[in-house]
Amino acid sequence: MSNPEGTAPVLLRGLAALLAAALGAAIAWALVTLPPSSGLRDAVAAQIPASGVAHPVTAVLLNFRGYDTLLEVAVLLLALIATWSLRLARPPAGRNSPGLVLQDLVRLLVPLLIVLAGYLLWLGAHAPGGAFQAGALLAGAGVLLTLVEGRPLGPLAPAVLRGLAALGVAVFLAVALLVMGGGRLLEYPRGQAGLLILLIEAASTVSIGLALAYLFRGDEPAPPEHRR
Amino acid sequence: MSPLLTYGVAGAVLIAIGLYALIVRRHLLRKIVALNVIGNGVFLTLVAAAPRLGTPDPVPHAMVLTGIVVAVSATAFALALAVRVRDATGAAVLPPPGDDVAGGPGH
Amino acid sequence: MPQLAELPLLPWAVALPLGGAALVFVVRERAQAIGLAVGVASAAVGLLLALQVATGGVQHHAVGGWGAPLGIDLAADGLSALMVAMTSVVGLWVSLYSSAYFGAGDGGHQRAYFWPLWLLLWTALNALFLAADSFNAYVTLELLGLSAVALVALAATPAALGGAMRYLLVGLLGSLLYLLGVGLLYGAAGTVDFRLLATAPLAGPAAAVALGVITAGLVLKTALFPFHFWLPPAHASAPAPVSAVLSALVVKASFYLLLRFWFWVLPEAATPVVTNLLGLLGALAVLWGGLRALTAERLKLLVAYSTVAQLGYLFLVFPLALGSVEGFTAWGGVALLLLAHATAKAGMFLSAGAILKASAHDGVSGIDGTAQALPVTVFAFALAGVSLVGLPPTGGFAGKWILLNAALATGQWWWAAVLLAGSLLAAAYTVRVLTHAFTRLPGEPPACVVPARLEWSAVALAVTALVLGFAAGEILELLRVGAPVSGPVLMEQLR
Repeated sequence: MSNPEGTAPVLLRGLAALLAAALGAAIAWALVTLPPSSGLRDAVAAQIPASGVAHPVTAVLLNFRGYDTLLEVAVLLLALIATWSLRLARPPAGRNSPGLVLQDLVRLLVPLLIVLAGYLLWLGAHAPGGAFQAGALLAGAGVLLTLVEGRPLGPLAPAVLRGLAALGVAVFLAVALLVMGGGRLLEYPRGQAGLLILLIEAASTVSIGLALAYLFRGDEPAPPEHRR
Repeated sequence: MSPLLTYGVAGAVLIAIGLYALIVRRHLLRKIVALNVIGNGVFLTLVAAAPRLGTPDPVPHAMVLTGIVVAVSATAFALALAVRVRDATGAAVLPPPGDDVAGGPGH
Repeated sequence: MPQLAELPLLPWAVALPLGGAALVFVVRERAQAIGLAVGVASAAVGLLLALQVATGGVQHHAVGGWGAPLGIDLAADGLSALMVAMTSVVGLWVSLYSSAYFGAGDGGHQRAYFWPLWLLLWTALNALFLAADSFNAYVTLELLGLSAVALVALAATPAALGGAMRYLLVGLLGSLLYLLGVGLLYGAAGTVDFRLLATAPLAGPAAAVALGVITAGLVLKTALFPFHFWLPPAHASAPAPVSAVLSALVVKASFYLLLRFWFWVLPEAATPVVTNLLGLLGALAVLWGGLRALTAERLKLLVAYSTVAQLGYLFLVFPLALGSVEGFTAWGGVALLLLAHATAKAGMFLSAGAILKASAHDGVSGIDGTAQALPVTVFAFALAGVSLVGLPPTGGFAGKWILLNAALATGQWWWAAVLLAGSLLAAAYTVRVLTHAFTRLPGEPPACVVPARLEWSAVALAVTALVLGFAAGEILELLRVGAPVSGPVLMEQLR
């Protein structure tokens, strides 16, 4: 096993091994002694009709515990902002020119990925799927495009790019506050929950895909040159 | 041992391996990978610790989905920061704290 | 005209900085102006929230209308209200300071990125203090940690980048351990809500292991000795307003969660061995941090080690308040120390930042003659130091006095010795800095090139630490709302 940067002295390794083993054993012991129960499964099942979607995990993510999801989309946006704030150096252009196979594959795959993403987004209401899964597919398309073109999207005005990245958080927060009215945050009105959830997921899909794809690239794209 | 418990114990083993590597390995990339291994171990444990009578409980699954997204975000940023550290110091390792040296103009 | 009690301040305390963060990210040209406006508004919401709790008791908000255990609740009792108020006050002055601190030197890069990161950090803090759901607290903890690390890395020096990387790795390990514990608790109790966990029958290895891992993770993030190694490099090399926020607010967030688990969820797990171990580590932090501060070569490193020391005092809450029949005395003392430290340490870091902007290099000896050039800033530093030492009538004095009373009244005089030793060390390193500052340099004092806003924000925070001493009574009143322990403010001496 090569360790070019070296490893720690023997004492530290011994202590670390002891600590790790103790922790692992403690967790295993805790798991073995846990009594079985059914948790919140029944509570979720009882409220599914009122949640606006049919799939329990989507209902939990976008309705019952939607506030967690809102903060989670914020975390992803934060990762993008934080990575851009580091001002990574631009990778030198033209070092790895994409081969013919990659270019043809990209032409085939990217449209397929986008269609699949849309399908997964819509599917999330009654089967495993939803914003994150669809966003991940879009990000995959973005990664392929980055490998070929150097950037996921064409030359875009920087403010527009940032706006699209923040769209998920913006729409989620706006919906959460607007439905508050005199009631509670994120309390969808009766009958409109499914529609609002789809709206939030659609906006989030765009932002998630964009954020992940640009995180792959690393540096914030420079503004497009002005055409004379 | 039930299948779910097997996953749980596997999760515990992953956490142990990841913790060892995080402490002992010097290269930043290995430390970040170690953190990911710990994270996956925690997710496995979460799902295994969740109540298991009959059909699965969706709440821990949703929690793990949230955890995965958070882990991906953190890993992406950690990798970018590691690249930055390597560019600034020449080596992809944690620079020693090196405190008591008076530096340049104030910041 | 809506009544104060009806205003949905809990969700707005989170939504306002979050929306502001997204806005300042997109509208980069106006980031500073918008950011400052959102900061002022968020501070106002936070202070109103504290008032709401003071007049109306514990506040609840069931997000989504579902209520625990199915949904996520927000809750504000006395402790949360004080933490949000602390965030508001420190956040307000730090925002004002930052509006003048970041110049246009690097193409406005630091200024453009500081505001979205800072507002996201503020969102995370408010969301964490108001979270009634322990998994939700995990997400806020990650939001907090990532934004804090990014803010440290903004300084872009090799020291800052290394400090940020170390901070990130430690922070992520801490959060993962916390998540593990929350998962095990869900397995044992079927809920992650704090109130429900408090009443759930939690016994057996799973609960014990869960509490152990949660404590380990949070203790890592609170930089308790001997896990403090990541704090000085990170806090010392960050930009000055970031250092202020980190020492004053961010480390307190993980400590706050520690309190939630030990005093509400599983107080029965507090055996004397555990509480005294935590107290002992706190005592070691006080002594070690104080000694390292005394010998630190760089000014900001000195202040960072002071944070390590002051955080040690907070852990005295475990031996003195947990498991004690009249625990409110120590509870109140620690809360006062927490608040006083936040304002004083923030003021100290802000003044250090201003001083360093005007001095030759960032060593402690480089600040010779500063008292002539920046009298207001040095006054702020001195006043902050007075509160950290614990001289009357500051908030630091009030907290330490009450803790001394608790220690002596319960017969645990050794903690009193730690408190006194810590004060001596704090006095020593504060005097050390002031001696250099008041050294007269020959000739004319250099022209002061520091914007007035920087100096006066620092002074405002230091004065707040002073005012806390006078307002201690009201603060303790607010703290009683929903407190887990009861008792008098000051205990009778045991015979």
